[in-house]
Amino acid sequence: MVTPHAAGQPVLELTGIGKQFGAIRALHGVDMRIFPGEVVGLMGDNGAGKSTLVKVIAGNFPPNHGEIRFEGKAVHFTRPIDARAVGIEVVYQDLALADNLTAAANVFLGRELKRKFGPFALLDHKTMAARAQELFGELRSETRPHDLVKQMSGGQRQAVAIARTRLSNAKLVMMDEPTAAISVRQVEQVLSLIRRLKEQGVAVMLISHRMPDVFAVCDRVVVMRRGEKRADKGIGDTSPEEVTSLITGAKEAA
Amino acid sequence: MATPIESPITFTNVGKARWWQSGIFASQTGYVLLALVALFVVMHFASPYFFTEGNMQNVAKNFSFIAIATLGVTFVIITGGIDLSVGSMMCFSAMITSMLMTDVSTPGVPGASWFVHLAADGKTVVANVPGLILAVSVLAGLGVALIVGLVNGFCIAVLGLSPFVTTLGMLSIVRGLGYVVSNGRGSFPSGPDADYFYALTSGDLFGMPAPFIYLLVLAVAMAVVLHHTAFGRHVFALGGNEKAAAVTGISVVRVKIEVYVICALAAGLQGIIISGWLGSAPANMATSYELNIIAAAVIGGANLAGGGGGPLGAIVGCVLLEVIRNGLVLAQVSSYWQQTLVGVIIILAVLVDRIRSRMA
Repeated sequence: MVTPHAAGQPVLELTGIGKQFGAIRALHGVDMRIFPGEVVGLMGDNGAGKSTLVKVIAGNFPPNHGEIRFEGKAVHFTRPIDARAVGIEVVYQDLALADNLTAAANVFLGRELKRKFGPFALLDHKTMAARAQELFGELRSETRPHDLVKQMSGGQRQAVAIARTRLSNAKLVMMDEPTAAISVRQVEQVLSLIRRLKEQGVAVMLISHRMPDVFAVCDRVVVMRRGEKRADKGIGDTSPEEVTSLITGAKEAA
Repeated sequence: MATPIESPITFTNVGKARWWQSGIFASQTGYVLLALVALFVVMHFASPYFFTEGNMQNVAKNFSFIAIATLGVTFVIITGGIDLSVGSMMCFSAMITSMLMTDVSTPGVPGASWFVHLAADGKTVVANVPGLILAVSVLAGLGVALIVGLVNGFCIAVLGLSPFVTTLGMLSIVRGLGYVVSNGRGSFPSGPDADYFYALTSGDLFGMPAPFIYLLVLAVAMAVVLHHTAFGRHVFALGGNEKAAAVTGISVVRVKIEVYVICALAAGLQGIIISGWLGSAPANMATSYELNIIAAAVIGGANLAGGGGGPLGAIVGCVLLEVIRNGLVLAQVSSYWQQTLVGVIIILAVLVDRIRSRMA
């Protein structure tokens, strides 16, 4: 598999990112680059700093050191909405879907399309359903816009959550453990959703504990340990065994 | 690079839901409506008086007396909250409206000269601007409701207190304030504008009781707001998954405060209408109405866990309660049975819903 490094400018570039919580050094000197259409697996044991890194990128809190550049420009996020404004979306582990609403309603939640009727702005159901159908089509997911989310399978729910990121034309999508706790068939669906995002030129950061999934879809794997980046290798240059020993600390760095 | 879109997609293993398996027909509101129709038929055979015009008007009027407040509390229930202060709120708004209307119509009371003057005979009180007193006093009644709603919403959304405890406290606070301002005495809407007030609250319009007309207008407005505006969508989202609503950028605090304000305003309006029909606003008015109102909402399909409910369900619930009450009276059964029966129906309605979702 060829990583599109030659594609030019990285979508996200981190230089020397550090983050302290009181006496705890959660992140230290993390450098990382992600290119458009690249899928990067972010691995590490619990407490290795994965979530902190994701939260820094997503704007939940600012880093103490280092610089974040997005599409070549230095950015400073203070709230998640700032990160979303430039094109960074997070698909949360619990997907953040409202079960009692339809797929289309969830895709457009908080960003509803409206039509003006005099002083009133009413929802434009037709356009939202059509656009949602289009997004599910792009993701090749068997999801119907008018179905309630509570009646859907795990894979379909993922499709709804991912369609939401497509709606805003996100350039970087970070997915937090999307394949934990779903069935084998659904894992396959989620992995193909990630490949669809890649085809559309979206950079994806996949946070996962599941080695087979990372090796199935990722172009590159980044291993974190004790708040530091210990490895950053193309999938072809490493093996599950090496990654495991990097995660556990049996091997210090690679 | 874009991928070709194979649209529309077809599925071989997914059929289309039959009309009776989706929408209202598969909801609790649907079969409670069915039960209601059955009850109407039974009542028709049980009593020749049931379907007379007089009795139907009576039923329409009586259920309208709790239905507007039920619409309001349904908003709160959909977000997963509860408002126990509606009964007290009804009384307090009615009392403020009635007292203000009486006070500003009494020459000699400070400020009254803005609204009324004495006619040439020195006895008759005449309004300076007809209708102004009515408008001001109704707005004052709704104004206190607005304040109570804001306080409820602030405590629940901003301070993070539990809706049950907050509104239980508010039930007592507002009822207490009602006794304070009235000294425990009832108050009677009077003055030059009282005739308008009675016409608007207990009069008839097109052969239908006025409160029933207000109810229909408000119910249609509520249906549009819930299903065709972003606010309504956010109300449902809050009840379905509050965290999801927050991460998608919905202002959870604002929506929550808004629903408690809507609920308090609906209760206030309801109280003002009832005081017109009673001809007074006694200090113990609408005591424990909150239980009937919440019961009606729940029977009609509002889900106390949040995420479900609507105006049709609220009205169906109120009609069912009223038809049972009316029916028991016509059948000459002791009216004490009413409360027992209402309790049984609440449990039955929720039970049938549980059985249905198990089978589906």
